[in-house]
Amino acid sequence: MFDHSKLEKNSILMVVCILIVVSIGGLVEITPLFYLKSTIEKVDGMRPYTPLELLGRNIYIREGCYNCHSQMIRPFRDELERYGHYSLAAESMYDHPFQWGSKRTGPDLARVGGKYSDDWHKKHLHDPRSLVPESVMPGYPFLAKTPLRYNDIKNHLAANRTVGVPYSDEMINNAVADLEAQVDPDSDNVDAMIARYPGAKARNFDGAPGPASELDALISYLQVLGTMVDFSVYNAKENLR
Amino acid sequence: MGFLIYLPIGLAALTGLFLMANAADTGIFVHGAIFFFASVLAAFFVIKKSFDQPARSGALPGEDFVYSDAVIRAGLIASTFWGVVGFLVGVVIASQLAFPVLNFDLPWTNFGRLRPLHTSAVIFAFGGNVLIMTSFYVVQRTCRTRLAGDYAPWFVFWGYQLFIVLAATGYLLGVTQSKEYAEPEWYVDLWLALVWITYLLVFLATLWKRKEPHIYVANWFYLAFIVTIAMLHIVNNLAVPVSFAGSKSYIYWSGVQDALIQWWYGHNAVGFFLTAGFLGIMYYFIPKQANRPVYSYRLSIIHFWSLIFLYIWAGPHHLHYTALPDWAQTLGMTFSLMLWMPSWGGMINGLMTLSGAWDKLRTDPVLRMLVISVAFYGMSTFEGPLMAIKTVNALSHYTDWTIGHVHSGALGWVGMVSFGAIYFLAPKLWARQRLYSLAMVSWHFWLATAGIVLYASAMWASGIMQGLMWRAYDSLGFLEYSFAETVAAMHPFYAIRVLGGVLYLTGGLIMAYNVYRTVKGDLREERAIGVPVGAPARA
Repeated sequence: MFDHSKLEKNSILMVVCILIVVSIGGLVEITPLFYLKSTIEKVDGMRPYTPLELLGRNIYIREGCYNCHSQMIRPFRDELERYGHYSLAAESMYDHPFQWGSKRTGPDLARVGGKYSDDWHKKHLHDPRSLVPESVMPGYPFLAKTPLRYNDIKNHLAANRTVGVPYSDEMINNAVADLEAQVDPDSDNVDAMIARYPGAKARNFDGAPGPASELDALISYLQVLGTMVDFSVYNAKENLR
Repeated sequence: MGFLIYLPIGLAALTGLFLMANAADTGIFVHGAIFFFASVLAAFFVIKKSFDQPARSGALPGEDFVYSDAVIRAGLIASTFWGVVGFLVGVVIASQLAFPVLNFDLPWTNFGRLRPLHTSAVIFAFGGNVLIMTSFYVVQRTCRTRLAGDYAPWFVFWGYQLFIVLAATGYLLGVTQSKEYAEPEWYVDLWLALVWITYLLVFLATLWKRKEPHIYVANWFYLAFIVTIAMLHIVNNLAVPVSFAGSKSYIYWSGVQDALIQWWYGHNAVGFFLTAGFLGIMYYFIPKQANRPVYSYRLSIIHFWSLIFLYIWAGPHHLHYTALPDWAQTLGMTFSLMLWMPSWGGMINGLMTLSGAWDKLRTDPVLRMLVISVAFYGMSTFEGPLMAIKTVNALSHYTDWTIGHVHSGALGWVGMVSFGAIYFLAPKLWARQRLYSLAMVSWHFWLATAGIVLYASAMWASGIMQGLMWRAYDSLGFLEYSFAETVAAMHPFYAIRVLGGVLYLTGGLIMAYNVYRTVKGDLREERAIGVPVGAPARA
């Protein structure tokens, strides 16, 4: 029989055994996710975030929205009726990091895009209880007053490309122009921006004139959530796993 | 050769200045400044130490060394301090959920930024300091040798405090990578990795010079905790920074893979930080305080290896019914259920150590604290597998039930066993006859227990209620409640939770006062616990 006292008398042997024992579970569960083709469904419509949406997402992260809002609809009747189609793995394939969340102090946001008007979001983020009296959400009045900082936006896109998001050279080189075009629907660059990011919406999201604010970026992100995949052509049977 | 110590300190100071000079955002500027000033303080500390006389007096009879206890005394004070801070922030954010006006709608006071401050303060600042302090104490006593290194243990201690300050200020400034319990950004992660590997080396090097042939069981748990946390921390935090003088980075992993890596990390932060490490505390302090040997050596071997093997698999139960493939969810659920056995193996080994000493629970409030922690450990590790069952999880996930579960474990198990260890160590480390007041320990015990009961039962009720309300249908087949109605229904329970938190915080304050008076060397004149009224007072 194995004599455990050998381990108790040799710290290096013990460390090696511990490392082997604690590695197995992760290796078996995590590594297949990188090579099993069924892990991420085949879908149409997923694209990288526009520069404005990406910075809006960074504000979502910075303010800790994930602490109270999930972005992961489970395949239950009540969730489908309340929030929409269950979330697909493909829908977060460009998310570094993922924002699935773990708690719903507020509702799920995986498909909040297009559900409410920009103006609703603007008022709601300013003072949530003015629209939803029962809400316990903090207000974010400072977002509208803070100009969006985007002088290093090219680096953000480049860093995303390093970790695997398919931003092209063209997207990176035009990042500033694309960002400015998305908050200015009258800009000449809007069509080029939409050609690079199909389906992107160019609007004055915060309704205030002038350069992009943090509120512009956050609303543009909220409005794109869950809207990229075209569910009219999505074949659920093909993606059973 | 002594001057070589100034090289890394100078390098750290230059790094701080570099970050300040090239700062791409406010967060990294503040952090560069903190880093710089910490380096200056470190230089003063090293210069002062080089003029101090080495303390070689006071060796134990028959031994030629003294225990390295100053760093443990510092750790005890830091643990007590961060504990109170963490509980206080918890009460603040619990109040914000009950009364949202308390957010003040400012960036640095909103719930979203304070919640990571609370979780990191209790898990990493309080829990981490307790683990480092007790592991340094236990490894010296059970190896009958002095802690390895003169500067290294202090580097671990102060380096870890610097990590806490960087993490906490980062959250307030909005510097976060949004991975729960791994929020600090890339450069703070690098710093922690450096501190942690030094910690592992100090621990191992102390084991290498041990005078006992066997490594005591508590040290197996500490070792597994240190090694596994290093692995989890490094893999989960792999990231590409936007620039080398900016705080923002993008995690290397994405979407579904990132989700599982995060919860592989997150669940084992529970499994190794909050369980294996604290089981190390249990295996030393309960036998010492009860003055009984560990119940079963064989059980400790079986439950140690099975615990660390099974825990790693349990992460996917945080992702039931999500876009994670079903096979991974099923594996996670199965292993979570199996995990019940080694968890209760640890509980049984802890509780049964009291065989023949149960009467001490009546007279020794410190032992009572240690024992109830094991009882809470048993309860939480029963509830955990239950909630990992997919059908149960369908109801409990995303609700306050999870929060209640976490807190019965964190307040009950981690908190109570830490308080027990602090009460055990305070008189020993300062060479006092006993604690300042045992009656205060008793007060702390009952306040904390009542606080946990209020907290956990409020969260069970609100969590199950909200889960049921979300899925309720009316007779016409429509969803019965809007989301906002379920939020309104939470209010009374959120208020009860605040009350539970206040009780727990009050207990923590009493402990801080008791520790302070013990350190000062005061003894409160009080009647011995368990002795009838009218018996003579103890000095």
